[in-house]
Amino acid sequence: MRPSDIAHPEHFHKVVDCQYACPAHTPVPQYIRLIAQQRYSEAYLLNWESNVFPGVLGRTCDRPCEPACRRGRVEEQPVAICRLKRVAADFKDDIKAQLPTIPEQKNGKKVALVGAGPAALTVARDLAPLGYQLDIYDAQPKAGGFMRSQIPSFRLPEAVLDEEVGYILDMGPVTHFNHYVDSLQSLLAQDYDAIFVGSGAPRGRDLPNLPGRQQADADIHIGIDWLANVAFEHTTSIGEKVIVLGGGNTAMDCCRTARRLGGKDVKVLVRSPFDEMKASAWEKEDALHEDIPIIDNHVPTEFVLENGKLVGMRFDKVEAHYDSSGKRTLQPTGEQAFYPCDQVLVAIGQENAFPWIERDLGIEFDQWETPVVDATSFQSTLPRVFFGGDAAFGPKNVITAVAHGHQAAISIDLFCQGESVLQRPAPRTNLISQKMNIHDWTYDNGVAADLRFAVPLADKEQALNDRRLEVELGFDLATAYQEAERCLNCDVQTVFDAANCIECDACADVCPTSCINFTADGDEDDLRGRLNAPSSNRDQVLYIADGLKTGRIMAKDENVCLHCGLCAERCPTGAWDMQQFNYQVTKSAELLAVPLVPKQQRVG
Amino acid sequence: MSYAKSTFRHPSLQPNQLGYDKRAYEGALSTLCAGCGHDSVGAAIVQACFEANIEPHKVAKISGIGCSSKTPAYFLGKSHGFNSVHGRMPSVATGANMANRDMIYLGVSGDGDTASIGFGQFAHVNRRNLNMLYLVENNGCYGLTKGQDSATTDVGSVSKKGQANPFTAIDLCATALEMGATFVARSFSGDKAQLVPLIKAALRHPGFAFIDVLSPCVTFNNTTTSTKSYDYVRDHVAATGAIDVIPMQQEITTDYQPGSSHEVTLHDGSVVHLYKGDVDLDVTCKVSAQEAIRRHQLEGAVLTGLLYMDPQSRDFHQMINSVKGPLRDLDEAALCPGQKALDAINASFR
Ligand SMILES: Cc1cc2nc3c(=O)[nH]c(=O)nc-3n(C[C@H](O)[C@H](O)[C@H](O)COP(=O)(O)OP(=O)(O)OC[C@H]3O[C@@H](n4cnc5c(N)ncnc54)[C@H](O)[C@@H]3O)c2cc1C
Ligand SMILES: Cc1ncc(C[n+]2csc(CCOP(=O)(O)OP(=O)(O)O)c2C)c(N)n1
Ligand code: SF4
Ligand code: SF4
Ligand code: SF4
Ligand SMILES: [Mg+2]
Repeated sequence: MRPSDIAHPEHFHKVVDCQYACPAHTPVPQYIRLIAQQRYSEAYLLNWESNVFPGVLGRTCDRPCEPACRRGRVEEQPVAICRLKRVAADFKDDIKAQLPTIPEQKNGKKVALVGAGPAALTVARDLAPLGYQLDIYDAQPKAGGFMRSQIPSFRLPEAVLDEEVGYILDMGPVTHFNHYVDSLQSLLAQDYDAIFVGSGAPRGRDLPNLPGRQQADADIHIGIDWLANVAFEHTTSIGEKVIVLGGGNTAMDCCRTARRLGGKDVKVLVRSPFDEMKASAWEKEDALHEDIPIIDNHVPTEFVLENGKLVGMRFDKVEAHYDSSGKRTLQPTGEQAFYPCDQVLVAIGQENAFPWIERDLGIEFDQWETPVVDATSFQSTLPRVFFGGDAAFGPKNVITAVAHGHQAAISIDLFCQGESVLQRPAPRTNLISQKMNIHDWTYDNGVAADLRFAVPLADKEQALNDRRLEVELGFDLATAYQEAERCLNCDVQTVFDAANCIECDACADVCPTSCINFTADGDEDDLRGRLNAPSSNRDQVLYIADGLKTGRIMAKDENVCLHCGLCAERCPTGAWDMQQFNYQVTKSAELLAVPLVPKQQRVG
Repeated sequence: MSYAKSTFRHPSLQPNQLGYDKRAYEGALSTLCAGCGHDSVGAAIVQACFEANIEPHKVAKISGIGCSSKTPAYFLGKSHGFNSVHGRMPSVATGANMANRDMIYLGVSGDGDTASIGFGQFAHVNRRNLNMLYLVENNGCYGLTKGQDSATTDVGSVSKKGQANPFTAIDLCATALEMGATFVARSFSGDKAQLVPLIKAALRHPGFAFIDVLSPCVTFNNTTTSTKSYDYVRDHVAATGAIDVIPMQQEITTDYQPGSSHEVTLHDGSVVHLYKGDVDLDVTCKVSAQEAIRRHQLEGAVLTGLLYMDPQSRDFHQMINSVKGPLRDLDEAALCPGQKALDAINASFR
């Protein structure tokens, strides 16, 4: 196999599973160590630099990092990464003084942002410190986008959102709330150097052709519109018997909100099998915990009315069948079912809608009526218009919107400075040895078999009576410390130097998880078939080094390396060294006074 | 900071036929110098016992004094152990073996422990063909006492001490052959592919099995001028064919090219397959083994692999016709056979 190019920024980045999986590439293990060291403010700022909304995300993030977490491969459950982020937000001091200062002297460039959701707010945060003059337009009365209008307050208290949105609004963008932009053309006609479209995916799907839909209209609501109405208090109650259609997170928020607005008998009915629902496992758990049955394999066929009033819904029962390629079809079993209800919430998906963008401006739209956007620069086919967040590639989540925002901000800055948006700045990386002394490491590398800690919940009765009462209480500091200690510090890399290796086997012998091999070279299939331990996880790279005296290679399967450092500890020549790998996505502006990439320091 | 071994192991490693995972064969975290060859030998013993489906509690590890003799602490942590006196491992092993012949005896020693202070005991345990594996972790020096030359240091070899050794070296394999060992092999700590099957075969051998494992001392004798350094051994090694042990109960599943291997069937019906290498050697012939060792020595090469095995081996218990089971199983009737039996014995002397 070709020896690994460890100088390539992505080589070791892939080993830090969580950071790699995070769309914004938050340096997770680094902030987890800061939490363990009770340095909450620094942990918060590190997050804030990467993901802009640590307090929001610490509660609501889709957490793509957690299924990726190495700990989940070594034992059952990943580190509670997301909830540790919340700990940083909950226990930080006032960090306002450490936020970037905004220059009095502007740089003469003006940017309009359509929408005040996480994507646009990220663009604003990344551009304001450079002296851009920013105009934010949003149809809603307050900033936050779907974080405010959709994510219910029992999951995300308003105060937390206000605080983090506030950090950005304090940077001085001009806000135009309650201002729906109904024409991009008129915006283009103004003196903006660039326009960022972060208008989200605001249209909820309906079931317009289902019998009874029109007649029962008064009792049928589109989930996301209904949630927004609840958030802005236009809606304060719901019938006792509620059916929620759909299996995604919106359905889960709808059913749980319905329980709080007076719904006594609230059910979710979903087409797909329970295990294949779109909603995250924890959201389903939370719904079940609030006594909301989730009835799967049911396809709605009719809204049933009696005397002109909605009384229930009819469904066909289906069964999932899979063809040889694993493709699923839902086949009717022939059975039908009827469920009574007073009201129905339709939460079967969202789509983009751009009625306000004229189609003759030079912005190309594809066959699904979504704009053609470059996946790296987020530029549209009209060079000064950029898209990001749900508006760019359809509905995703907050952290993806943030990641888009960073890249769009870089593009806008390059564009406004007359440079090519293709010349993207490389990520900043470095490696720092962690060996302090004999047997002495800068990080805690005693890997113990501790199971994941559960987050405590508020009393159910109380929670169901108050839609504003936050359900999850967050970790206390003692638990947070223990949970933080579960992190394997995957950013502390095993770095191998073949020139120093005497092939004594000490590392291979001591390695608890049998990662290290000295063996004859071969191609990847061959090698994976004959390593000391089964090597079937191809998502995880083999670290290959040549240049050994015997002509063999060193092959390390990164899959279940514990980063315990024993290989380096037992290496007589220092051929193995544990080095902290820092990877920082370069932003349009330097946002923190404290450098992210630290010098070697005693920690732990 | 931490210097402890996690209890996590590779999640998809399978247990052996007895249901034990590899951890059941491991010991405490080593305190030897990082990079010591002895640690690799320990890892090979763990691997061999795991693969050979040996019950950890059926093994007794016995050793003398030295870094090598310390190593039983770092493997088979669930087995019995006796860290005895310098050079006296054979006596302790003999006593234990006499008392309970049902255990598997694993003697671990060093070149100092065996070839100097323990040389006399070593000779006699060979002669008795005691049923055990006697394994020497041979680094050509007294590692524990800071690297003095030992009796296996080659003439002219220079360790970290800086002085060439003037004295003739003892070849432990040649000695073992001469003294009556019925299984003799040499290996290298850095070659587990060879060492692990040798340990498995030796543990199965009914009689005295001796393995001399070249096991470099990184701290005192891994110099460019030493003949027991990693590099020197690697550069001068010549190997007899690879071996494979097929226990009697097990079907032979590997296909052996006709003519490519030599089979030796053991007493219990197990078969040792020997793949023919380039070395001209008949492993069942002592003279052939002695010759091969000598020939390689003269050429400046170190011959490793299985050198000799006697398929007809009769161990000490058989030779002296001792009681069949462990002594602890003898009941009062067996131990005090009564007046009649005594009378019969007395009568036999008249
Ligand atoms: C019910 C629900 C729950 C969710 N829960 C989570 C969760 O727990 N975690 C998570 O990560 N994600 C969640 N999401 C998804 C997440 O909210 C979105 O992916 C994210 O907010 C998208 O950000 P954005 O900046 O692209 O746009 P949005 O947040 O959608 O913001 C767009 C803003 O633009 C405004 N706007 C639109 N058009 C115009 C116009 N023409 N003129 C002026 N203003 C306009 C809108 O009013 C809105 O405020 C959820 C979504 C829904 C529907
Ligand atoms: C009776 C007695 N004499 C001398 C010693 C000192 N001593 C301890 S270890 C050792 C030599 C060990 O050499 P070796 O068996 O080769 O072990 P190594 O440390 O090289 O593995 C000596 C001479 C002792 N412990 N006891
Ligand atoms: S163990 Fe820690 S560093 Fe490794 S993937 Fe999980 S959270 Fe990230
Ligand atoms: S850090 Fe080294 S010893 Fe520890 S698990 Fe990883 S490769 Fe093995
Ligand atoms: S002194 Fe030599 S033999 Fe002893 S532990 Fe250190 S390297 Fe091994
Ligand atoms: Mg020695």
